Amino acid sequence: MSKFEFTRRGLIKSGAAVGAGLAMPTILTRPAYSYTNEPKGGTVTLGFNVPQTGPYADEGNDELLAQKLAVEHLNGEGDGGCLTTFTSKALKGNGILGKKVTFVTGDTQTKSDAARASAKSMIEKDGAIMINGGSSSGVAVAVQGLCQEAGVIFMAGLTHANDTTGKDRKANGFRHFFNAYMSGAALAPVLAKEMGKDRRAYHLTADYNWGWTQEESIKASTEALGWETVNTVKTPLASTDFSSYIAPVINAGADVLVLNHYGGNMVNSLTNAIQFGLLDKAVNGKDFKIVVPLYSELMAAGAGDNIKGVLGSMNYNWQLDNEGSKTFVKSFGEKYGRPPSNSAQTCYAQVLLYADACERAGTFNPCGVVEALEGFEFDGLGNGPTTYRKEDHQCFKDVLVVRGAQNPTTKFDTLEIVEITPVANVTYPPNHPMFGGDEATLGKCNPGA
Amino acid sequence: MDAILLQVLNGLDKGSAYALIALGLTLIFGTLGVVNFAHGALFMIGAFVAVTLQRVLNLSVVTVDPEKKDFLGNPLQVQTPYVESWFGEAAGQAIINWSVPLAILAAIPIMLMIGYVMERGLIRHFYKRPHADQILVTFGLAIVLQEIVKAFFGANPIQTPAPDALAGVWNMGAWLGMSLPYPAWRIVYFIFAAIVISGVFAFLQFTTFGMVVRAGMADRETVGILGINIDRRFTVMFGIAAAVAGLAGVMYAPINPPNYHWGMDFLVLSFVVVVVGGMGSLPGAVLAGFVLGILESFASTTWATTTIPGINQIIIYLVAIVILLARPRGLMGRKGVMEE
Amino acid sequence: MFGLDKRDTTLFLFVVAITLLAPFLLNPFPTESALAQFNAGYPDLMQRFVIFGIFAIGFNILFGLTGYLSFGHAAFLGVGSYAAVWMFKLLSFNIVPAIILSVLVAGVFSLAIGYICLRRSGIYFSILTLAFAQMSFAMAYSVLSNPNFNLTNGETGLQVYADDPQILKGDGPDFTHLFGLEMNTTKTLELGAWAFQFNAGFYVCAFFMIIAFYIAMRIFRSPFGLMLRAIKTNQTRLNYTGLNSRPYTLAAFVISGMYAGLAGGLLAVTDPLAGAERMQWTASGEVVLMTILGGAGTLLGPILGAAFIKYFENIFSKINDTVLHSWFSFMPESIDNFLVAILYPFVGKGWHLTLGLMFMLIVIFLPGGLVDGGQRLWNRITGKNRTQAEPVANPKPAE
Repeated sequence: MSKFEFTRRGLIKSGAAVGAGLAMPTILTRPAYSYTNEPKGGTVTLGFNVPQTGPYADEGNDELLAQKLAVEHLNGEGDGGCLTTFTSKALKGNGILGKKVTFVTGDTQTKSDAARASAKSMIEKDGAIMINGGSSSGVAVAVQGLCQEAGVIFMAGLTHANDTTGKDRKANGFRHFFNAYMSGAALAPVLAKEMGKDRRAYHLTADYNWGWTQEESIKASTEALGWETVNTVKTPLASTDFSSYIAPVINAGADVLVLNHYGGNMVNSLTNAIQFGLLDKAVNGKDFKIVVPLYSELMAAGAGDNIKGVLGSMNYNWQLDNEGSKTFVKSFGEKYGRPPSNSAQTCYAQVLLYADACERAGTFNPCGVVEALEGFEFDGLGNGPTTYRKEDHQCFKDVLVVRGAQNPTTKFDTLEIVEITPVANVTYPPNHPMFGGDEATLGKCNPGA
Repeated sequence: MDAILLQVLNGLDKGSAYALIALGLTLIFGTLGVVNFAHGALFMIGAFVAVTLQRVLNLSVVTVDPEKKDFLGNPLQVQTPYVESWFGEAAGQAIINWSVPLAILAAIPIMLMIGYVMERGLIRHFYKRPHADQILVTFGLAIVLQEIVKAFFGANPIQTPAPDALAGVWNMGAWLGMSLPYPAWRIVYFIFAAIVISGVFAFLQFTTFGMVVRAGMADRETVGILGINIDRRFTVMFGIAAAVAGLAGVMYAPINPPNYHWGMDFLVLSFVVVVVGGMGSLPGAVLAGFVLGILESFASTTWATTTIPGINQIIIYLVAIVILLARPRGLMGRKGVMEE
Repeated sequence: MFGLDKRDTTLFLFVVAITLLAPFLLNPFPTESALAQFNAGYPDLMQRFVIFGIFAIGFNILFGLTGYLSFGHAAFLGVGSYAAVWMFKLLSFNIVPAIILSVLVAGVFSLAIGYICLRRSGIYFSILTLAFAQMSFAMAYSVLSNPNFNLTNGETGLQVYADDPQILKGDGPDFTHLFGLEMNTTKTLELGAWAFQFNAGFYVCAFFMIIAFYIAMRIFRSPFGLMLRAIKTNQTRLNYTGLNSRPYTLAAFVISGMYAGLAGGLLAVTDPLAGAERMQWTASGEVVLMTILGGAGTLLGPILGAAFIKYFENIFSKINDTVLHSWFSFMPESIDNFLVAILYPFVGKGWHLTLGLMFMLIVIFLPGGLVDGGQRLWNRITGKNRTQAEPVANPKPAE
């Protein structure tokens, strides 16, 4: 392998060529940008960074479908989707600021490192001006930090931990999805109504950042109702079998099991809990209940019949009855043959919101976009009236409390909406202690270059 | 007391899964000396045999019900499984309900076939190659297999429920006058594992075929010199190992819904179990499976995690380290197997 | 030159040239062309090539020379990253203390783990290293990131916050820098249709990789390297001659651990966030695969293997159906759709499938890894038949 024999002459020749190349006058270097990846030609590139391999690949695929649909609508193809219902009328279906929208995709693998690598390649190689997508809070926080450094906008996908717009909030990052605090605040009154104020809860919590913030939030809001927390048990993320965590619940004197799990963890822990017959038991004279604070359609599909009667919360559900939602479901359903999931809806809305902000700001400059999005009030994207709060870049809107349906007619309506908790009940001050308190700041918007 | 007994049951249940996977792996790895990184994938494929059978039994005639609407407002398409329209609704539903036990019958020939093809087509050429090459080729194969499954079934877990008759809770403490409710299917799994493990041992111990294989494990060359075609027997053993892994997967599907990533989830664990059991020892692998399963269950209790935070995350590896340092060749390892 | 013989000097200069000219060599296609998808010459990927090159070179010193297969090397990479980010948090964004500490911490960590694991050999050694690394990963992911004692920041990854002490920072830059030269500084050179990016972080990493390669080369050619090979060939016989081989294997283990620490430190230098997944078994497995894929025991192999895997991960995963359609759009629509339908399962979300197939094809047809393949190709081109000639880097032991 080491037999690459160079002649001295050849080396000198190539060396001279390289030297000449490096000595080229600087006129040839690229004209300066006024901000990172300023679009110069007739197109603008968005970066869709979603999990395409690993356990959340299906979730990522759903996000990608929604993002592609959004790009179509922005470019004036298809049926226009929510452009017709969106209260801001800045978007004309001619791309963004007259530039045709193109996109690049990447694989986050649901790992912070890989997600950052893929986002970086979009920024450095493809000239992406905005990054959107993702299905975990660790990834969202990591990529958000990267976008802040690089000077592009990050429109988060599915991320539910308080930290994303709490202690890790960033000026260049925006979250449309709801968070753990809102889940707790929305669920608590429904739980009180359905199960009473005198309950003893047992928490199983995925042992990482998102799990902790959710446990903290749910615990706080249920204890405020008068519930007692019997025990909180952390389960390793890599667990596949939860029998040894479920079995102790039987004799713990608890009558509610709260599963702070997501994805495969939740599917398995719920399946195991049903296997152990928890829902058939009566403890303290009350029927045993299970709560899954964060639901997704894919989790519901994976858990199958086990979700019947189990309460949880969601950011969006396709059964929501408003103009924006109906238009989006029609548009998505006719193209892909099934209703959109709530992560798909979030990514779709985020792309439109970004495009709209650019139009209203009249520039792609991240600082202009930030200004246009801060405090922006809108409707018509599916969730009802929504505000992007200025202080932490978190969206405030109604939160859905859902329940596994007893008799679904198709595989798409396995979840039914129990209650639409009004936005006022889930609002909290930006310096709430669960969100980093007074120390958490957005910092300054960074246009890069 | 109840709590302890419940954790023992959990441990036995986990242990029987670990033991079954490790038994299959050690037949290939501990005895044929092939580092098979695709073993986890075989376990996963077994589970997907059950998923596939469930899908096949659910193949449906589609009729349109104009009364009801789907999510777009179009008439609803009603699906009736063929088995229901052929055998009547009750019998058809019963067949679908029993799809996992039925999948065992399907899995045995399928897994034997997969094992046979794998050994003849690929692994055979790697017996004499360095372990490094075996790792690379079997890891590549594992990725390919799981990606094929992903292409057909997606990445989301798929529910494959146990038959209703075996889905409930049995009170295991009734004859002791205690209340020990335990999921029926997990008991079934334990019994099934015990049967398969004894079957493999009996096969190796009491048949001539098994005797020759055991001789071949101890000294392959001499057996070859005696004029016995040991290679063909090893092919059969590879098939059996694949079948054991596959059956472990089929039966595990109702306990936790399978996804395409299962193979990788169980891969590392199965190697740890085999090595802790000791290279070249079948009873060692089974013993290690149960030991680790029970210890893992107890490490998950609140008592353990409050005494040593995080013990439930590392218990398997901690035990592996302690055992390997205390006993150089694991619990029951043979001298000179994969030691250099 | 440099204490190397002629042939090694050529190889070394070759590596130096390839590394320094990477921005040109990896960007062969014009920026606007359809094939630009295959360009790898952007800062992040080039950095990854050299950083994982360092990781694999170090791993090869242990595995390629002594035959000890560690399945837990990612742990050292991880602690290296954590050490570096902690230096950023406590001192300043200057990379010098960060890199020094990351190498030292990884060295100490590998000394402790190596001392225990090397009491066993073969598969027992592999599983011991795996167990230690998995324990480190589990601890870093959850236990060590609890609010009371947050050493690793768990799932999110350790990062620098505005309220960190950074006692030496003063008015210094807000990004990792070498005495003021920020690591994300990139100069772009446009030559006709091509654009070449020169990034400060890449050249810092490249500098370290060249040093790392040089040291590895000296180790391979030294009496110490010969001793390590003797261990691989027949450790029992070596022990019978009255030699205690353990100090040598331990030295090799610590050296390769420090290489991993350096790689981890550099990962933090180019991107100051350390995720726990860096320590997971998949990451340990990756470096094993890189080394075997390139050619274990060869000097150049590990670098090639690292580049190969990282190329697939970052380039193939980004080819989606829209890109495919744009390639074939000049053809009739039915053929276009047909070709896309055939190719799509292998790219984008199916990049794992291609990677798995490549692993199998390479190990089946090129038993010595990519280096072996390169050599065969070279022989074919030059028309030489050197089947008898031994590969320099992997001499057969004299029996």
